[in-house]
Amino acid sequence: MTATFWQKVDKTGRNLAPFAVTVMMVLVGMIPVPVPGYAPVAPNLTLVSVYYWTIHRPDLMRPGVAFLIGLLQDFLVGGPLGVNALLLVVAQWAVLNQRRVFLASTFALLWFGFTLVMAGAVLLQWLAFSVLDAAALSILPALFQGLLTVAVFPAVGWLLIRVHRAFLNG
Amino acid sequence: MKPRSSGSVIRLAAPLRALAQRFSFLLLVLASVALMMVGKIESVSVDSARARVTDAFAPILDAISRPAATAARVVESAVELENAFDENQRLKAENARLLQWRQAALRLEAENNSLRSLLRVRPEPSVNYIAARVIATPGSSFVRTLVVTAGRRDGVRKGQAALAGAGLVGRVIEVGEWSSRVLLLTDINARIPVILSNTRQRSILAGDNSDQAKLLYLPPDSPIQVGERVVTSGDGGLFPPGLPVGVVTAVSERGIRVLPSADLSRVEYLRLVDFGLPSTDLDPSPDSK
Repeated sequence: MTATFWQKVDKTGRNLAPFAVTVMMVLVGMIPVPVPGYAPVAPNLTLVSVYYWTIHRPDLMRPGVAFLIGLLQDFLVGGPLGVNALLLVVAQWAVLNQRRVFLASTFALLWFGFTLVMAGAVLLQWLAFSVLDAAALSILPALFQGLLTVAVFPAVGWLLIRVHRAFLNG
Repeated sequence: MKPRSSGSVIRLAAPLRALAQRFSFLLLVLASVALMMVGKIESVSVDSARARVTDAFAPILDAISRPAATAARVVESAVELENAFDENQRLKAENARLLQWRQAALRLEAENNSLRSLLRVRPEPSVNYIAARVIATPGSSFVRTLVVTAGRRDGVRKGQAALAGAGLVGRVIEVGEWSSRVLLLTDINARIPVILSNTRQRSILAGDNSDQAKLLYLPPDSPIQVGERVVTSGDGGLFPPGLPVGVVTAVSERGIRVLPSADLSRVEYLRLVDFGLPSTDLDPSPDSK
């Protein structure tokens, strides 16, 4: 009885890993790095994490989870509510629809897929903020943020694979 | 009978689940859009909710921002060690110059005091400073804020000015119990009443999410020149007058740009100015942002 109980706790804990890791990515993405001009182009680690888990464990990265994480990010970032929530929900949905393609593909294709998702995210973010601020904002910072995120994707992806193997394959 | 029905249930369940999934997607998209609208209308309650969430995560942000700050300091000190000699020479020259300025300042202060006592000028309200560490930047291209480790229990109030090193950084927009959020003066929502130090021209400094802010509502023929200093005017009673803000860097028909004196991208600690005004009952209307 106790064994099954602890097994359940263990399983729940392990199943929480994608959520916990993504929340950690939200927080790590907000670390102030004293490099000139870094803050506006800090890589969007949250999106990398949502992308990865949607492909590999869609049962643990459901739309509701993506929404919650986005909402948390909105609260912490200090921007208008709902923007990141929308972004992550749309990204999760888009990746889920093409999941079979990604699952069967090589890392290079995975990377390319993320570039497409990031491009969509940049556009969506720019559109949302421009509408909410009622001004034509410059898309350039978001574009550089997108490029930087694509550049760090292999490193973050490697980290996520390690977490995946450590907690969920056993 | 039974197996067949369960088979049909399974056959039915797959599209149903797909439908539910699609429906949840739509529902969540609608929820996000609704949240955007709620955030626009109910900004006060959203702000207090935001302050609570930020408070809850502040200890974690504080902990994980420390190693990054330490690493940055190590790198910086290595670089500084390399040009210590040049730096020393430069500082000696600067010190000599500043000593002269100190004499001038002392003389002016004495003169000021005597003139004030002659005119019976009411002294400015005293100014207290609250020091705070920066623990988070938004990591977003469209938002310029900082989260700092000082809140209501440290005496932080909404609307206080935030200073770092050489000048104004921004304004407190949201106060939690032990953390608060500062809107940088380069954010697109920032508006700060300023005055130009030479021409005494009053203006509003507005951010536009770039590294430089612009001056609004200036008459078209105002004789402003590049290099003129911009300080807070104290209009509206939010900020004490005379806080250094920045320097005019460009005057063109596209507008007048001001470079903030404080280096906004590497603020590690900042000072919140407790101006001693009853700013607690400030009306947080959107146009005061």
